[in-house]
Amino acid sequence: MKKILLYSFLIVTSVVTLIPFIWMLSTSLMTDGAASVFPPKFFPEEVVLQQYQTLFTRLNIARNFFNSIFLSVVVTTISLFFNSMAGYAFAKYRFKGKDKLFNLLLVNMIVPSQITMLPLFLMLKSVGLINTYMAIIITGMANIFGIFLIRQHCLSIPDSLIEAARMDGATDFQIYRKIILPLAVPILVTLGIFTFLGTWNDFLWPLIALTDESMYTLPVALSNLMLEHTRDPELMMAGSVLTIIPVIIVFLALQRYYIKGIMMGSVKE
Amino acid sequence: MATVLLKNVTKIYEGGSVAVKNVSLEINDKEFVVLVGPSGCGKSTVLRMIAGLEEITSGEIFIDGKIVNNIPPKDRDIAMVFQNYALYPHMSVFENIAFGLKLRKYDKNEIKQRVEEAAMILNLQDYLNRKPRQLSGGQRQRVAVGRAIVRKPKVFLFDEPLSNLDAKLRVQMRTEISKLHKNLGATMIYVTHDQTEAMTMGDKIVILKDGEVQQIGAPMELYSNPLNKFVAGFIGSPAMNFINGRIVQSDKLYFVIDNLNIRIALGEMNNRKLQQYRDKEITIGIRPEDVLLSSEKSIAGDISVLVEVVEPMGNETLLYFTLQETQMIARGNPNQQYKSGNNYSMQINKDKIYFFDKVNGNTL
Repeated sequence: MKKILLYSFLIVTSVVTLIPFIWMLSTSLMTDGAASVFPPKFFPEEVVLQQYQTLFTRLNIARNFFNSIFLSVVVTTISLFFNSMAGYAFAKYRFKGKDKLFNLLLVNMIVPSQITMLPLFLMLKSVGLINTYMAIIITGMANIFGIFLIRQHCLSIPDSLIEAARMDGATDFQIYRKIILPLAVPILVTLGIFTFLGTWNDFLWPLIALTDESMYTLPVALSNLMLEHTRDPELMMAGSVLTIIPVIIVFLALQRYYIKGIMMGSVKE
Repeated sequence: MATVLLKNVTKIYEGGSVAVKNVSLEINDKEFVVLVGPSGCGKSTVLRMIAGLEEITSGEIFIDGKIVNNIPPKDRDIAMVFQNYALYPHMSVFENIAFGLKLRKYDKNEIKQRVEEAAMILNLQDYLNRKPRQLSGGQRQRVAVGRAIVRKPKVFLFDEPLSNLDAKLRVQMRTEISKLHKNLGATMIYVTHDQTEAMTMGDKIVILKDGEVQQIGAPMELYSNPLNKFVAGFIGSPAMNFINGRIVQSDKLYFVIDNLNIRIALGEMNNRKLQQYRDKEITIGIRPEDVLLSSEKSIAGDISVLVEVVEPMGNETLLYFTLQETQMIARGNPNQQYKSGNNYSMQINKDKIYFFDKVNGNTL
């Protein structure tokens, strides 16, 4: 009985969650104006790819798509590299002022990112990086949350493992590369998903930092679409589908590690 | 192989706690030296300083005549086996053993040959493709040893390598490491808190307490001629019994425990060195095998004691009783029946009494 209740609850919530997605998908496959009839139709009478065609031909969304993919991949890769090195150093190296420095970093987490946006913009402008990919990449190269996450994970790696590698003749970078990184894979995947989704979905900063239409990322382009084509819900839905597809793919591909990563460190083996 | 020399080595940690005080130690080529002492005595710190994992506050360490104070671990040509094995969990046994060779850019064939050779010595041939988590404790320990021997280093360091194993496996690995030492003819430095391991494995034992060397010597030398009360109590199992009392001269020299009204007549051989302690408080030590309990009626001069616990071990029987509010242990005859709660008369083998200064603990 309990199970039946539980399952029906789960089914209902899944359906409720899924309906908007399905509606989005079906609307994106409708012809112009087909979504604005009354009573509204849930499924298209005629399945067409016309909206997608418009996006790619008339609106050049392929370029925005590329921008988003490129920036997300580059930011994720670079930030994983720096975050993991910094996190490892904070966890395992002995140096003066380590704790103070780390606390300073943590304190920075309470500063909302919106506050730093304007000074950041002015700074990047003065070095001529506004409206370049670097404006997004540089600001995303490392983040405190990532460093913190990696550090917590590295704390659970026994010191003797690093010492054994040192005795075996490994340099500091070799220890990082051959011992720490392989052992941190689950947490790196988790952080990688966070970073990828964060960069992919980020709207405000790209909107500020990228001024040229050809530099826009998908969310920015999509919002433009909304302003210009308020009367075209089908086109907007097609844009939204394009925006979430990579997110879903990344998540599905890595969710196995993702769950593991979140659970990690909670229980000691 | 190699010699290791420590000259006045001191380690003071940040915050001022002194872990190792002025340790000087000479380790000869092919020697098996055991550093032993209670936890926190600095034995692991000494080992880690030799390994290069811990900086030396003052003093010098030489390996093979060369000062190594500022040489990083990888260039010291030493290998270390860690207490928790420290195997790389994401690598197979083969990769674990080969890791050091790979980093040193050995030829692939040579790596394979050397790893297989090490695996053969350690009986690991069938496990080379497994991951550490698929191995038992003893096998993991062997892999850790394999990782050390494959590099053919000048010096082997062992940091309590057997303390995570169960008792039976520990005895087995003990003999295996001893055999390995003979076969490889290597200099080995071994840290343990277990005096049995120290006694059975070491050519030479270094006893440490509070960061200071208490005594250095061959196992039996430490057993028979301890320099102080600490060494006497640490070496030997069960541990030596200690009794406080006074030296009194009447017709001959007596050791007197006042509140129990016990007098032990001392043999002639002790006379000279004990004369100066006349009427002074001292501590005597007696090993359990030199305390004899018999059920026969007490003759004059014997001491009657109440046995509280009897532990039959098969080859011996341990008897526990209290004297002067201290727990005493006697090694009884295994063929004799003892009963807890019974009174026995105690005799002491007078030739085997150790005398210690009550204040500083030094042997008199």
